[in-house]
Amino acid sequence: MDDLLREFLPILILTALAGGLGLVLMLSAIVIAVRNPDPEKVSAYECGFNAFDDARMKFEVRFYLVSILFIIFDLEVAFLFPWAVAFGEVSMTAFWSMMAFLGVLTVGFAYEWKKGALEWQ
Amino acid sequence: MTLLAWLLLATASIVLLALLMVAAGVFTWVERRVLGFLQERLGPNRVGPFGFLQWVADTVKLITKEDAAPAGADRAAYILAPAFAAIPMLTGFGVVAFGEGWAVADLDMGVVFVMGMLALTVYALVLGAWASRNRYAMLGGLRAAAQMLAYESFLGLSLMGVVLMAGSFRMSDIVAAQDGLWFILLQPLGAALFFTAGIAAAHRLPFDLQESENDIVAGFMTEYSGMSFALFFLGEYIAVMLVAALGTTLFLGGWYGPLLPGPIWFGLKVGLICLAFIWIRAALPRPRYDQLIGFAWKVALPLALLNLLVTGWIVVGRAG
Repeated sequence: MDDLLREFLPILILTALAGGLGLVLMLSAIVIAVRNPDPEKVSAYECGFNAFDDARMKFEVRFYLVSILFIIFDLEVAFLFPWAVAFGEVSMTAFWSMMAFLGVLTVGFAYEWKKGALEWQ
Repeated sequence: MTLLAWLLLATASIVLLALLMVAAGVFTWVERRVLGFLQERLGPNRVGPFGFLQWVADTVKLITKEDAAPAGADRAAYILAPAFAAIPMLTGFGVVAFGEGWAVADLDMGVVFVMGMLALTVYALVLGAWASRNRYAMLGGLRAAAQMLAYESFLGLSLMGVVLMAGSFRMSDIVAAQDGLWFILLQPLGAALFFTAGIAAAHRLPFDLQESENDIVAGFMTEYSGMSFALFFLGEYIAVMLVAALGTTLFLGGWYGPLLPGPIWFGLKVGLICLAFIWIRAALPRPRYDQLIGFAWKVALPLALLNLLVTGWIVVGRAG
C-alpha cells in the first residue's frame, strides 16, 4: 500500500463508520416507527389539492446557464489550487502567466455579463 | 499498520462521530433558545434544566414518527437521499485539526477535501427533491442546485488568499502559519466572502431559498418525515459546524489562544461562529432569488478575484 492510500485510510474508516451510523438510525426508525399509510397520506402534498400534473415539469433555462457558468469558474479554481500551493517557489513568470489566464477568463466573464447571461428575470 | 493503530483510529473516529451527533443536538437547542430570546419569547424550556434535554426528546420523537413515503416516489433515491446529506458532513470533519496533532487524518489537501464534502450536499438535496415527486420539492431542489453552484464558485476563490500565504492546504499547516497573527486581519475581504458563501453552502437563513416556507412549503424536504427528515436536519447542522470549523482554521487561528489548551480554543471559536450564524438568521430577511444569484456572480465573484489578485501581488512583491 503506498503512502497516498495510507493517508486516506483513516478517512475511509471514518466514512464507513458514518455510513454505519446512518444505517443504524434508518434501521432503528424502520423497527420502531409506526407505519400506517393511507391514500391521502401518501399522495403528493399540494396545499389541499390533488396534484394537477406531474411534478417533474419543464423548468427555466437559467438553471442550466448557472451550471454552465459554474463549470467554467470551477475549472479555473481547479487550476488555481496547485498554483496557490506552489506559490512560494514560483517565479514572477508563473505569477504573470496565471494573471494572463485570469485576464482571459475575466474578458469572457464581462462578455457573459454584457450578454445578460447573469440576469434572472 | 499494527492492530493497536487500527484500534486507535477506530476509537478516534467513533469518539468524533459521537461528539458531532451530541454537538448537533445541543446546537439545535441553543439555536431555538437564542432565537427565542432574540424574538422576545422563551423558546423550549420544559424538558430538563432550561429545556436542555429538548434535543433528546426530539430525537426520540423523530425515531418513533411515521416515515411516510409519497406514492409516486422513487423509493431507493427517496430513502438514500437523507443519508447522503449527513454522511459527507460527518466525513468532512475527519480532516479538521482540532488541536496540534488532533485530527483523524491531517491530509495534505484537507481544505479541498472539506470543500468537496460540502459540495456533495447538493446531490442529497436534488436527489431527495426529484425522488419525492412533489412540485414544491422539485422547485426547492432546482433552487438548491443553482444556488450551490453559484456560491461554490467563489467559495474556493475566497479562501485562495489564505492558501497563498500559508502555502499549503493542510489544516495544521494553515493554523501553524497563523501563530501570532490571524489571517482574518490580513484577509478581511476573503473572510467576509468565505462566511457568506459558507452560509449559502450550509443553506442557512438568509440563503435558504430552497426550503423557504413562505413560498414553497419546505422545499426539498416537503415530503420527508420522521427519521429521514432528521437526517436532513442533522446534515444541515453538521454542515454549519463544518463551515465554522473551516472558517476557524482558515481565518481565526485554529487552536491558538492563551492559557486554555488548543482543542478548547478551537471549540470555543467554532461555537462563537455558530452563534453568529444564529444571530444572522434572526436579523436578516431572505433576499429574492434573482438577487441571491445576482449577488454571487456580479458582486462576490469579482471581489474574490480581486482579493486573490491583490494578495498574490503582495506575496510576490515580498518574496522578490
